[in-house]
Amino acid sequence: MTLQEGAVLADAVTAPKSRRRGRIGRTSWILPSYTTLALVFLLIPIVYTIVFSFNNSIKSNISWRGFTLDKWLNVCSAQNVCQAFGNSLLIGGVATVVATTLGTMIAIALVRYRFRFRAAISLLLFLPMATPEVVLGSGLASEFLGAGVEPGLLTIMIAHIMFCISFVVVTVKARVSSLDPALEEAGRDLYGSPGQVFLRITFPLLLPGIIAAALLSFALSFDDFIITYFNSGSVQTFPTFVYVSAARGIPAEANVIASAVFFIAIVIVITQQLAAAVRRRRLARTA
Amino acid sequence: MAFAAFATETAKEQTPRRGGKIALLLLVPGLLYLGLFFLVPLFSLVFTSLQAPSGVNFGQFEAAFKIENYAVFGQYSEQILRSFLYAVLATVFALLFSYPLAYFIGVKARPWPLLQNLMLVLVIAPFFISFLLRTIAWKSMLSDESPFVTGLKAISLLAPDAHITGTPFAVVFGLTYNFIPFMTLPLYASLERLDTRYLEAGSDLYAKPFTTFRTVTIPLSMPGIVSGVLLTFIPAAGDYVNASREFLGGTGTAMIGNVIESNFLLSNNYPAAAALSIILMLAILVIVLVYVRVSGTKDLL
Repeated sequence: MTLQEGAVLADAVTAPKSRRRGRIGRTSWILPSYTTLALVFLLIPIVYTIVFSFNNSIKSNISWRGFTLDKWLNVCSAQNVCQAFGNSLLIGGVATVVATTLGTMIAIALVRYRFRFRAAISLLLFLPMATPEVVLGSGLASEFLGAGVEPGLLTIMIAHIMFCISFVVVTVKARVSSLDPALEEAGRDLYGSPGQVFLRITFPLLLPGIIAAALLSFALSFDDFIITYFNSGSVQTFPTFVYVSAARGIPAEANVIASAVFFIAIVIVITQQLAAAVRRRRLARTA
Repeated sequence: MAFAAFATETAKEQTPRRGGKIALLLLVPGLLYLGLFFLVPLFSLVFTSLQAPSGVNFGQFEAAFKIENYAVFGQYSEQILRSFLYAVLATVFALLFSYPLAYFIGVKARPWPLLQNLMLVLVIAPFFISFLLRTIAWKSMLSDESPFVTGLKAISLLAPDAHITGTPFAVVFGLTYNFIPFMTLPLYASLERLDTRYLEAGSDLYAKPFTTFRTVTIPLSMPGIVSGVLLTFIPAAGDYVNASREFLGGTGTAMIGNVIESNFLLSNNYPAAAALSIILMLAILVIVLVYVRVSGTKDLL
């Protein structure tokens, strides 16, 4: 049972029912209405971007010229959009795999083992998240410049792996700390080799945390612009494509790709939430 | 951290073992990577910031100890001050916007966990659509020809020759909008753990709702406020997309990020860009340390 689920159950049992007061009743509509308006406000540019993916635009996609499905059906007709998108997918995939592997290893070590320089290591992991992107980007670019490395796909991947690692560590660490060591002990007591215990007990139990970290890494990599722009040379990712074309008008095809990515992400997250809700209900029934 | 909002598992008692070889094997690859591509670049920035123009090849720089490069601090003091002013404003606005929102999701919506989670999904939904396209969407909606602006002009709420895009207002607005989720998530994470019985105790002791809010709710949600402020302020101070002329900014809104970008990528004046990056990093470090000391939080991660 997670802490949240436990808290919900404990509250239901122990918390005294709050007495209704007239004063609260009269003003209780303010906060819900504010929340609704605030959430609508957050969604405005998203709706705008999606709507304008159906715009029958000719060159720049600023004024509404009528509804069309053309841009969705021929996404790749705009120059370079699909190539930039493909680059972003490739970079995101590689960065996710490498960062998730390196970060998960660090997370396990941080929770499970004692070693010296712990404080220094925590600081090294925290700093990349607290450094402005423009500093990370220009720093890496000046390192590559000094070493004579040409900017391109490889330098973008190196940069993305770097800023994803810390986020993976934070996410997976929470999962490792919640793992009951007794389960692994049981595996060892039953004569499981260290490899077997890891593959059949530890890894499956950590998997939800690792998947969350991987999704987060991919999202961070896919939408990164500032660090990428300093280290991309002539290679375009989806965000740098948007930035460069902003001067002469962003084609509606870019909106199509962004909208499609949005829908996929939202479906993944909502499915996850609904599954959690089903689990919660089942838990409440058995409790 | 922001993403701790989703980490709700209980920590199990772990007895860390003395590491030895396995710990080393697990730690070394990742830490080596961060050393090579996070720490070395910072030193490389210091090194580059002290370089002098090469006497032989025009447009090239060579190793030197030209501390005068840091005169960029005076040259661009206007942009540096503006960055911090905009970032502070955006952080304050994001906090005012997010607190009631996070309070409703984290405290009032507790009886309905599914609704709570769906509202959280809506808060992070902007993360799923390109940051640049969102900003461009605001630019189009706030442009002079947009129905919103022509409407405001028609009812004389805006002077006929006034603009919204290209003004400091638009840049601060864009920064606020883009960093709201970074503020709301940590606030939610700490308000979600708020024990409402403390609030009832406040009202039982005849405290006015506002007094309870000021003396109970705010102090208990302080960790969320601290991490939300840091997560908003740091990227906002270094941002250059919102202030860029192709997005929400204009000629008079350049921030330090814009200056670093143009010096590095356009005029290839690497020492100036590196010196400005170092200045930005140090300024943020000092502000963060002072802020953390004043707000009394030690736990950063």
